[in-house]
Formats: sequence, C-alpha cells, structure tokens
Amino acid sequence: MIDLQGYGPRILEGALVTIELAVLSLLLAIVLGLLTASAKMSRNWILHRIGTLYTTVIRGVPDLVLMLLLFFGGQMGINMVTDWLYDQFGIDIFININEFVAGVVTIALIFGAYMGETFRGAFLAVDSGQIEAGRAYGMSEGLMFRRIRFPQMMRHALPGLSNNWMVLLKTTALVSIIGLTDMVRVAAEASKATHEPFTFLIPVALIYLAIASVSEWIFARLQKHYNVGFGEADEWNN
Amino acid sequence: MEQLSAWFTNLLADNTIFNAQTLEYYAEGLATTVQLVFLSLVIGLVMAVPLAIARGSRRKWIKMPIFFYTYVFRGTPLLIQLYIIYYGVVFIDGIQDTWLWLILEEPFYPALIAFTLNTAAYTTEIFHGAIKATSKGEIEAARAYGMSRGLMMRRIILPSAFRRALPAYGNEVIFMLHASAIASVVTIMDLTGAARLVYARYYAPFDAFLFVALLYLCLTFAILYLFRYLEKRMLAHLKPQS
Repeated sequence: MIDLQGYGPRILEGALVTIELAVLSLLLAIVLGLLTASAKMSRNWILHRIGTLYTTVIRGVPDLVLMLLLFFGGQMGINMVTDWLYDQFGIDIFININEFVAGVVTIALIFGAYMGETFRGAFLAVDSGQIEAGRAYGMSEGLMFRRIRFPQMMRHALPGLSNNWMVLLKTTALVSIIGLTDMVRVAAEASKATHEPFTFLIPVALIYLAIASVSEWIFARLQKHYNVGFGEADEWNN
Repeated sequence: MEQLSAWFTNLLADNTIFNAQTLEYYAEGLATTVQLVFLSLVIGLVMAVPLAIARGSRRKWIKMPIFFYTYVFRGTPLLIQLYIIYYGVVFIDGIQDTWLWLILEEPFYPALIAFTLNTAAYTTEIFHGAIKATSKGEIEAARAYGMSRGLMMRRIILPSAFRRALPAYGNEVIFMLHASAIASVVTIMDLTGAARLVYARYYAPFDAFLFVALLYLCLTFAILYLFRYLEKRMLAHLKPQS
C-alpha cells in the first residue's frame, strides 16, 4: 500500500467536500437551467434577451475568471452594500462570503448557462402533439409541466445533462485555487510538504475517475428509466 | 452631449488602474495565452489523428492503451494533470542533468505538455467518433475501386471525418482557451495571471477581472466565427439545395 504519511483522512475529507460541492451546485444549476430555458423560450422579449445574454456571456468566459471575479469581487460588492446601509440607515451588518458558498454559487452560475441550453433543446424536442393532448385534457400549465413536459424532456436532456455533470465535476477542482480545502488542495499541499507529488496527486485523480465511473453508471440507469416506452415503440416500428 | 464627454474625460483622467504598465501586463498575458493555446492545439491535433485511427483498430492491444489514455485524461481535472506534470518532472531520476531540464525548468513547458496531452485525448475521441460515423456506402465504394486501406483512409475516410468533426472540434478549441486560464496557477503570466497581478496590486477585482473577461469573450467570439466560416465552407455540400 502507498504511504499517505497521515494525509489519508484529510484527502477523504477533501473528497467529501468535492462531492458535496459538486452535488449542491448541480442541483442549483438544474434549477437555474430550467429558469434560463423558460426565459429563452418565453415570448416576452426582455426575458428572452436576458436569458440569451446570460448564456452567451457565461459560456464565453473561463470558469476560473468568473470564479475569481465572483469570489473577490462578490465580497467587495457585499461590503459596499453593507457600508452603504450603515451610512444611510445605521444598519450594521457584516456578511462574509465563505469559500464553499462562493464555490457553489459560481459553479452553479456557470453550469446554469450550459444546463439552460441543454434544457431548451430538450423542451423543443418534445412533440407538440403531446402538449396539445395535455391541453385537450384540460390540464393546467403546472400540471402539464409536471406530467408531460418534464418527464419527456428529461429523455432528451439526459445525455447533455450527464455531459454537463462530468464537466462540472472536473470544474470543482478549481475551487482549490480560491482557497477551499477540497481534495485537490489537500493533495497539492501534501505534495509540497513532503516532496512526493505522485503519492498524493495520483490517488486523487483515481478518486475523480471513480466518481466519474459511478455517475456514468447512474446516468445509464436514469436513461433506461426515462426511455421506458420508447425502446418498445422502436421495436414495433422495425 | 457636452456633459457626457466631460464625464468621459473625467473617467479617463481618474483612471489609475489601466495605465501603460498594466496594459503591458495584459498584452504580454494575451501573447502567452495565445501561444500556449495555439501550440497545444496544433501539437494535440497532430497527435490525435494517428491515435484516433489506431483507436478504431480491431486489435485489442492497440485499441486498449489508447482507450485507457483518453479515459484517464478525460476523466480527471486538467488542474490535477497540470500539478502532476509541473510538480512531478523534478522527481524523475536524473532529469536535472539532461538537456531536457533546460526546457522543463520553466513553467511554460510543463503547462504546454499538460494542455497538449489533455486536448489530444479529447480530440482523439472526437475524431474517433467522426471516423466511426463514416457511412458504409463510402467505404464499400472505395473498396470496389480497389483502394488499399491506407489510400481509403487518406482519400475517403479522413476528409469526410474531419468535416464531420469540425463543430465538435470548434467546441474543443474554445474549451482549451478557457481551460488555459489555470496556467496562472503555476506562476505563468497568461491573461488570467495578468488580471490576478493587477487585482493584487490595486485591490480592484471588478476592473481587473471584468476587463480580462471581456478579452476572453472577444477571443471566444473570434474562434466561434472562424469555425462558423469554416463549417459553412467545408460542409457546403450538406446544405439543403434550394
């Protein structure tokens, strides 16, 4: 066995941080993506423009630059607001952005844009006859979304979603740069302290590969779930 | 109007951050980023073509190592790959006594190696997918003409596969541009590195990072339009005839 020189538990803690960060930002990104997709498909041109601007700008700028901007700039922005509140109204509050929240918000903001594009394509791929049928049944918009649009949209969105998740997982490594102690940071610190980079960096790389492989398996199962009914139809047609 | 111009002059006069010195940092950073991305893309592309052909081989011992390489490099963060190469090269026995050390001593080259290996892995998979998607009829026609495997690859499969791969490869180029921002972590003064320096010196996150974001946005759009133009030219035969 390789000798982790006592860094083993810290690397595992870091791995947990990575997973928490990835899952939380994925959930937030899905919500943002759904909002973005509906904004971009909306007939209201202001919403449409905002959605387009958001997806274009975010996808045109490196993740790291956005992260640095939101982490360093976000704190300064909040300080400006709290200072202003103090000067104007004498309200004395102090909000400190911690690295974890900054990481989750930034990653979610970045991948919300990608998710938005994925969901928009998937919503447009749902057969319009299905929606007309729902309307003919007298379903409300909400019910139609829950029972018809969403489940059928997921079938088309899953490949893109799984792709985005894999990229998101690897993007979480960047939070180590803004100071969050994820497994990459632990491994980098350990390599500098012990002068044995391979001992720490390679196991961390393997953990990433393991998470990626497990999620590949989960997505394959999800795909099977949302494809229920479609595979058989294809068999019938052939 | 006069008020507006007065406001603008004021803004420029008050501006202490974007002086000749910092603009030079940004210009040098831009040059470094472009060099790094361009070189790694070109070398990666040259590596990816034979790898993609071999990846589709029927022989397991050829196919499997390449699959393993692309799986590992696509499944782990580029930052880890960069760290492994940047911190790792020092520990290769005896490397400091060879001429290689002269190259590897500077952070630019370990970063170039990491980026090249990474983009080559992604590009290999893109080309492999495009080659696999060649229609059977084209291959049958080539075979009917009595073409050898090499000639068929050169004249039939690769030209059409490259065209098909173009949109996905355009995405990879943009991805590489964005990924290159992490070069600043290993003390390279690329665009992001310049922005971090300006931020640290003036404690002005908005000015430093928004400006660099704008530069990246321009680069991204330039690449996007280049590929859109290429696609229009190269894929003209696939457009519906009007």
